[in-house]
Amino acid sequence: MYDVLIIGCGITGAATAFELSKYRLKVGVLERENDVALGSTKANSAILHAGYDPEPGTLMAKLNVRGVELARELCGRLDVPYRPCGSLVLAFSPEERPALEELYRRGVENGVPGLELLDGDQTRLLEPNLSGAVAAALYAPSAAICSPWEYCLALAETAVRNGAELHLSTAVTGMERTGDGWNVHTNRGDLQARFVINAAGVDAAAVHDLAAPHAFDINPARGQYYLLDKGEGDRVGRVIFQCPSAVGKGVLVAPTVHGNLIVGPNSEPVEGNDTSTTGGGLRFVRETAQRSVPSINFRESIRNFAGVRASTGRGDFILERAAPHFIDLAGICSPGLSAAPAVGEYAARLLARDGLALEKKDEFICERRRTRFKELTPEARAALVEREPAFGRVVCRCETVTEGEILEAVHSPIPPVSVDGVKRRVNAGMGRCQGGFCGPRVVDLLARELGVSPREITQDQAGSWLLDRQTKGGQD
Amino acid sequence: MYDLIVIGGGPAGLAAACAAWEGGLRSILVVERDKELGGILNQCIHNGFGLHHFKEELTGPEYAGRFVKLLGETGVEVRLDTMVLEVTGDRRVHMVGKSTGYRVEQAKSIVLAMGCRERTRGAIAIPGTRPAGVFTAGAAQRYVNMEGWMPGNRVVILGSGDIGLIMARRMTLEGAKVLACVEVMPYSGGLNRNIVQCLHDYDIPLYLSHTVTDVRGKNRVEQVVVSQVDENRNPIPGTEMVFDCDTLLLSVGLIPENELTRQAGIEIDRRTNGAVVYENMETSLPGVFACGNVCHVHDLVDFVTAESRKAGAAAAQYVLDGGDASAGAVLEVKNGDGVTYTVPQRIRPGRVEKLCGLFFRVNRVCTDSEILVTSGGAQIARFRREHLAPGEMERIDLPRALLDKAAGELTVSIREVKA
Repeated sequence: MYDVLIIGCGITGAATAFELSKYRLKVGVLERENDVALGSTKANSAILHAGYDPEPGTLMAKLNVRGVELARELCGRLDVPYRPCGSLVLAFSPEERPALEELYRRGVENGVPGLELLDGDQTRLLEPNLSGAVAAALYAPSAAICSPWEYCLALAETAVRNGAELHLSTAVTGMERTGDGWNVHTNRGDLQARFVINAAGVDAAAVHDLAAPHAFDINPARGQYYLLDKGEGDRVGRVIFQCPSAVGKGVLVAPTVHGNLIVGPNSEPVEGNDTSTTGGGLRFVRETAQRSVPSINFRESIRNFAGVRASTGRGDFILERAAPHFIDLAGICSPGLSAAPAVGEYAARLLARDGLALEKKDEFICERRRTRFKELTPEARAALVEREPAFGRVVCRCETVTEGEILEAVHSPIPPVSVDGVKRRVNAGMGRCQGGFCGPRVVDLLARELGVSPREITQDQAGSWLLDRQTKGGQD
Repeated sequence: MYDLIVIGGGPAGLAAACAAWEGGLRSILVVERDKELGGILNQCIHNGFGLHHFKEELTGPEYAGRFVKLLGETGVEVRLDTMVLEVTGDRRVHMVGKSTGYRVEQAKSIVLAMGCRERTRGAIAIPGTRPAGVFTAGAAQRYVNMEGWMPGNRVVILGSGDIGLIMARRMTLEGAKVLACVEVMPYSGGLNRNIVQCLHDYDIPLYLSHTVTDVRGKNRVEQVVVSQVDENRNPIPGTEMVFDCDTLLLSVGLIPENELTRQAGIEIDRRTNGAVVYENMETSLPGVFACGNVCHVHDLVDFVTAESRKAGAAAAQYVLDGGDASAGAVLEVKNGDGVTYTVPQRIRPGRVEKLCGLFFRVNRVCTDSEILVTSGGAQIARFRREHLAPGEMERIDLPRALLDKAAGELTVSIREVKA
């Protein structure tokens, strides 16, 4: 019997598990995929927003500002790539100036520190590659960029190290009330819990409906992106937005913590979790982004992707008790990544209000470190290889990732089972050759370490098989 | 301190090291990231290598083997399973290996022979879902020929570069069904002999002026949509063909692997994506040479060998001359009409003994043409060709006497004799 069972291990589920693992509770997390962070968490702009965007008084406003404040310390302690680079919202004409002033007003009211309104020349002084058409900008120094999947992994791993139980490849199929809580049906049998938290992202409405009368719909809105090679990575130093419209914060141009340039997203309604890209969507992203930064060289593209925003009609996060001992954390679209640790705190308060006793553990691990060979000095590299020769074999040449780092990931609290699982943990295959070189080597290593045939190793989620059979004369 | 460090133990590095040894250097180190020498030749188990250099037809591993044997007869030191991480402007080479540790070695001269990598799906922005089953042709070749695994059964190939064509045949021989080879240009980017021997002989259709406009499938590729393109390479609506397949192989170009070169501050040519080189393959950094596919992408390994022997010999001469940097006059080689790039990009006539070989590619298929070499508008040389194609690298040899007549620049252009 779990005290709390969390459904979904994206950034919201992971942050909630992390928060709850501070208390004397038996916490379980159910994730239907074979890894954490496989939904919207891995496919978004990777921005920790300053918090001037949401309407004052909303949960989005409060939790965004609180969330990025928590992230600043958390990312350091949990070794999550994080860079407080600041952001600019551009206005291209005097007509857009009131929109900037409105954002400024909201920001001040939401408690965002350091906001400044700049004219065109001041803006270009900060960012020389911006278009000459930029007339004014809102500067927010507290915006940051991070690695969203590593953030999620770090939170989930730390929760696991503090006793939370993660059940991967476990899909919820139904649930019913029991005397003191819920009996949750999954594809791997039933689990019992006193409290259930719905953090199911794009499928949060469907999970809600298993426990309570229908209350909201998720209207998935897809956003498509370009990721450009490191040669373009310093095209801008800050996150560059355009004035927001009804469909979102618009197309942004931003550096990534990995040294690349990210450009996107558009916004278009889709059915379910449709993350395909389209020629038209990508063209719109290119053309719109070049209004902000005309010199972006899209020939340096190394990947396109799309993610889905789990929006609802409410215009705010839905964080509430939907049934006795059942709590929704739904409608987590932007700024969900920014707010995540604050959403976790909020969820704990909702549980307490619903009767769960929260008692802090004496010992809570709040540290995480992983080896990043690429970032070491030559002396530190030499010493490491001397001690552990596996760090001397570079498996991914584009990102300089060593066998030692992959082995470290394989023996981490949430081991990868796929090639992309390795990528999310150590960056192998994330670079300009997109795994063309290291892919076969990662398959080989994983198969060896997990003690399975290379055929069992998938690209990513279950069913994404890579190898079919041995060539003529081979035996498997 | 080494006389020469060669980065890369593929065909370019092997030939350069051998030539430098023949040139008199005795302290040479070859650094190779793989567990054996030979580079990408080791996975090219088909034949057709060596017709020019050895006057016989060899497989890739056989071709590499000849040079590995030659190298073994010298005193050249080889470090395998070792990756070079950085080359500095003062010719210090940072490298790391499981058994060799982290080392920084100083060299009097360096040959860059890192080869190239394949362009990926992301580079050409193919829309659709992102399932497993989209491989670059070279990665698939590695799975099939080195690891012994078939990465799929029903295959569409995008791009008619040589690796794609070779893989069409290879996958067929291993029992896969290759449904189509799709090329966005109106002509193939591969060698004609490969079109015949790898597609025609196996009844694999080649769709010129077509491209992939959608990839479908959630976990693994299920369908690929192919559309015809107009003269601007934009898909024409209504021409879609849907192929039920589980694999899409990409053979959409090779990119010289020059991250180390850029880091060292060496000038790069945007057209070749390789270092700008002089007639002896020296880069803008004195004592550092580049050859093979890291300099520009070749069609035939035989030409890589020839170019790399030149680089190795020049490195030896550089060291034995004590780093003589007397430049003399320099000719900038410019691309005229019909020419996309030339190698070398700069020629110092004073350093040319008899003949200066010049490699280049054309931007269209031409028949009955003349290659014109001019300087300041005056014609210096003219060569006749019956057939020129972008997929086939061209070579001309310019005698020293003609180079001495040029001043400042040389322009290479194509003129079709008949329309």
